[in-house]
Amino acid sequence: MLRTVRHIITKEFKQIFRNKTMVGLIFGMPVIQLLIFSYTANFEVKEINIFIENRDNSPASVEFIHKIEASNYFTLTNVATYNDGLKLMEQNNVDVILSIPQNFGKNINLGKPTNIAVVTDAINGLKAGIIQNYLQNVVLRFSKEKITSKVKLEKMPGIEINNHNWYNPTLDYKVFMVPGILVMLITMTSLFLSAMNIVREKEIGTIEQLNVTPIRKWEFILGKLMPFVLLGIAEFTLGLLIAFFWFRTPIEGSIVMLYLFTIVYLILVLGIGTFISTVTETQQQAMFIAWFFSVIFILMSGLFTPIESMPVWAQRIADFNPIKYYIDVIRLVMLKGSTFVNVSKQFTIIVIYAVVLNVLAILNYRKTSG
Amino acid sequence: MRTFLAFIKKEFKHIFRDKRTLLILFGMPIIQVLLFGFAITTEIKDGKMAILDLAKNRMSQQYISKITSSGYFILKENLKNYSEIEKSFKRGSIKIALVIPEKFAENLGNTNSSVVQVIADASDPNMATMLTSYLSGITNSFAIEKRLVPEVPIKIESKMLYNPENKSVFMFVPGVMTIILMLVSAMMTSITVAREKEIGTMEILLVSPLKPAIIIIGKVLPYLVLSLINAFTILMLGFLVFGMPMEGSRILLFLEILLFIVTSLSLGILISTIAQSQQTAMMMSLMGLMLPTILLSGFIFPIESMPRILQILSNVIPAKWFIIIIKSIMLKGVGIRVVWKETLILAGTSLLFILMTIKKFKIRME
Amino acid sequence: MNKVIEVENLTRTFGHFKAVDNISFNVEKGEIFGFLGANGAGKTTAIKMLTGILEPTSGKGKVAGFDIITERNKLKYKIGYMSQKFSLYEDLTLKENIGFYGGIYGLRKREIAERTKKMIARLQLGDIENTLIAEIPLGWKQKIAFSVATLHHPDIVFLDEPTSGVDPITRRQFWDLIYQAADEGITVFVTTHYMDEAEYCDRISMMVRGKIAAMGTLDELLHKHAAKDMDEVFLKLARQ
Repeated sequence: MLRTVRHIITKEFKQIFRNKTMVGLIFGMPVIQLLIFSYTANFEVKEINIFIENRDNSPASVEFIHKIEASNYFTLTNVATYNDGLKLMEQNNVDVILSIPQNFGKNINLGKPTNIAVVTDAINGLKAGIIQNYLQNVVLRFSKEKITSKVKLEKMPGIEINNHNWYNPTLDYKVFMVPGILVMLITMTSLFLSAMNIVREKEIGTIEQLNVTPIRKWEFILGKLMPFVLLGIAEFTLGLLIAFFWFRTPIEGSIVMLYLFTIVYLILVLGIGTFISTVTETQQQAMFIAWFFSVIFILMSGLFTPIESMPVWAQRIADFNPIKYYIDVIRLVMLKGSTFVNVSKQFTIIVIYAVVLNVLAILNYRKTSG
Repeated sequence: MRTFLAFIKKEFKHIFRDKRTLLILFGMPIIQVLLFGFAITTEIKDGKMAILDLAKNRMSQQYISKITSSGYFILKENLKNYSEIEKSFKRGSIKIALVIPEKFAENLGNTNSSVVQVIADASDPNMATMLTSYLSGITNSFAIEKRLVPEVPIKIESKMLYNPENKSVFMFVPGVMTIILMLVSAMMTSITVAREKEIGTMEILLVSPLKPAIIIIGKVLPYLVLSLINAFTILMLGFLVFGMPMEGSRILLFLEILLFIVTSLSLGILISTIAQSQQTAMMMSLMGLMLPTILLSGFIFPIESMPRILQILSNVIPAKWFIIIIKSIMLKGVGIRVVWKETLILAGTSLLFILMTIKKFKIRME
Repeated sequence: MNKVIEVENLTRTFGHFKAVDNISFNVEKGEIFGFLGANGAGKTTAIKMLTGILEPTSGKGKVAGFDIITERNKLKYKIGYMSQKFSLYEDLTLKENIGFYGGIYGLRKREIAERTKKMIARLQLGDIENTLIAEIPLGWKQKIAFSVATLHHPDIVFLDEPTSGVDPITRRQFWDLIYQAADEGITVFVTTHYMDEAEYCDRISMMVRGKIAAMGTLDELLHKHAAKDMDEVFLKLARQ
């Protein structure tokens, strides 16, 4: 009965490509978004505006300020007083205020402890944490130098850390985000298109005609799914080309495996979309439900924020999130060259999801009413 | 006036008839705020770690227990040799690996130092840098504790202003509010107007004695009310559940929210004059509005870190200005004297959208 | 075996509401069977059961020799259906619509091409094969929909209010098409609430509140109820 399926597929393709605006949106939007948003998604903190109140003015304090400037993270703001600094912080023009106490230089030379005060705008907690870190590093380096020069050692004794950044030595955030955003775009397009598809036939009334034809449920759903699987693969390919040639994202693992996972994942997403499509009456409803779930799925997928940092109960919920596994796999395979054995657990889960969701969709699509 | 009221009544009925959409419109903000508040955080903790301890001496054990008790790391695997490191990374089961050398911290006396290797999975650069720096902080204080190094004489006395407990929800509440207001105002209006165009009822309205401006106001008024209810819900949640402060003037906050809703509504109307079908209106608002609002507004990712061209581009995103205003008023307690510039930009944008709509409308009528 | 439809005690309830209440009737091969009744009398529910898209609460029935409960899928190859809602895809051309529906019923490409040609010639539509359905006038669309519904040469075609909202001239032309189909041996089962259309049917059944209140040829019904037209018959039955 594959001939029947083929006829549905042909029809769907004709309908999709007839609407030129939609074709533009389906292919153009994701490409533009991948190009733009890969640059925006970046937690790196640069150009921190710092105001330093120097109440000491000793050679040591000046040297310390130079060290901060030389770290390249900070831009000095010149104002007169501490209160001016606070005002600038209110207006978002200063991120951090550092105050060097009197006797700073004297204490350093005597080897006495000395405190410096740091006030950070902490509304963005992540940024505040990173600023703290940067400053801490500068202080550490500065004090180590002071100690070694004082006790005339060539090297500081202690525990040294020799750190390596594997898989992305330049710490380029785009390497991490490009595969993630690609996943997000494919998910959203496939989900929305499939969610609106059957509903559309309900809205215009053609579904009644189809119900009295000998099409079987699974033939109908399969015929509806296939075009979107193919569209999804085309989109994935396009995205992969952009990732590789434009962003120079590495593709360490097997491309065959990337496609294998993508196909199974697309079937999974389309199953969700089709399911939504069978429980709604209008395209608007379908769109909203699809939107609602995709927002939650994407936020809880580890795409932008780490899953490990979520509370345990939320992590358990995230275990049910199919996008999580797919993002995981795509990043593992693309960036680390993981093999099938490495990701077989994720594969099993995606396959189970795909089967369950599509069976649900088929069962829930009633050719017979009542 | 009576015709106007009748018209608005009809609009409200349309909205309240569709219970499912309504449920999503009201449920969405609540779930998103709760999710962001309780579950999602940009903070890095519980980093999954593997340790290869080649020393196996007292020092190394104390070092490991110092690391695991810090709260930043979870010890996932005790490795036996180097080759296992890569395997664990490829399975994705760890984010960072620590190799403690043989004779760790023995004979440190003079110029000798022990070198520990830290290997981070830098495919997530943020995670890698944060974990590495946590680890170096822990290592440093361990060395000081064990008197392996002289104490650092300079101490930082830190004060976190406006958000002393460093809650990410303070960042997210304004962000979620912005997105929801954008969704309800811009997306919903553009879709309803496109729908009326599709089924042809727009023409009937246009030939009725109602003035076009009145029709538009009648269409957007219900969504203005919906948006205000949503904004109120989100603020109350932030306030009651997450202890968001409300430092600044409430009246000013209300006016600014109203201003942003007007901006979004005028944008929605503008879209609907361009889009011919519901589907196109949906795709335009969804793809063209939602993602830029999330990603280019500084809601999750700092604008300062973006390439210059995107920083410039972000200036045309109304959400960016609104988020600045909300944070300044609520968390910093500043008044209009500080946020007048942003307010002016939003007002100007709304005016521009409205003028463009009127122009588009006129062309169609001629 | 000349009965195309055999129905016994067919009942369908929705909650406490009996939409179709214990109806039994037969339809002979080649007949034009008019299924009349007011809106809400249960016509559409009955048609849905006969075409296998709604399960009866009780009773049994056979259409084209197949059981409407157990042999639904075989049954569907033997029937055609056209609903009051428009059923062709507006964003596809005529040829693409025919290709799609023909394909679903398992027709070969050559058969489809042949039948398309014949159909266009019969409808005298000229060169519209590659026109989008959206651009074809409504009156034509209805006729095309009927032709598409009979493209696979079904034993019986169900027409659910096919002429509602159509002008009288088109209605007349539409009935010509129905006669042609009947001449070719296709049984026609048509519901309508235009009582005057009853005179075009070989036999009529009249549904009132879920029950078949009367059945027979036009003359039989007029005679039995001493009425001058079907409207009067309907009013008399409805008052009972």
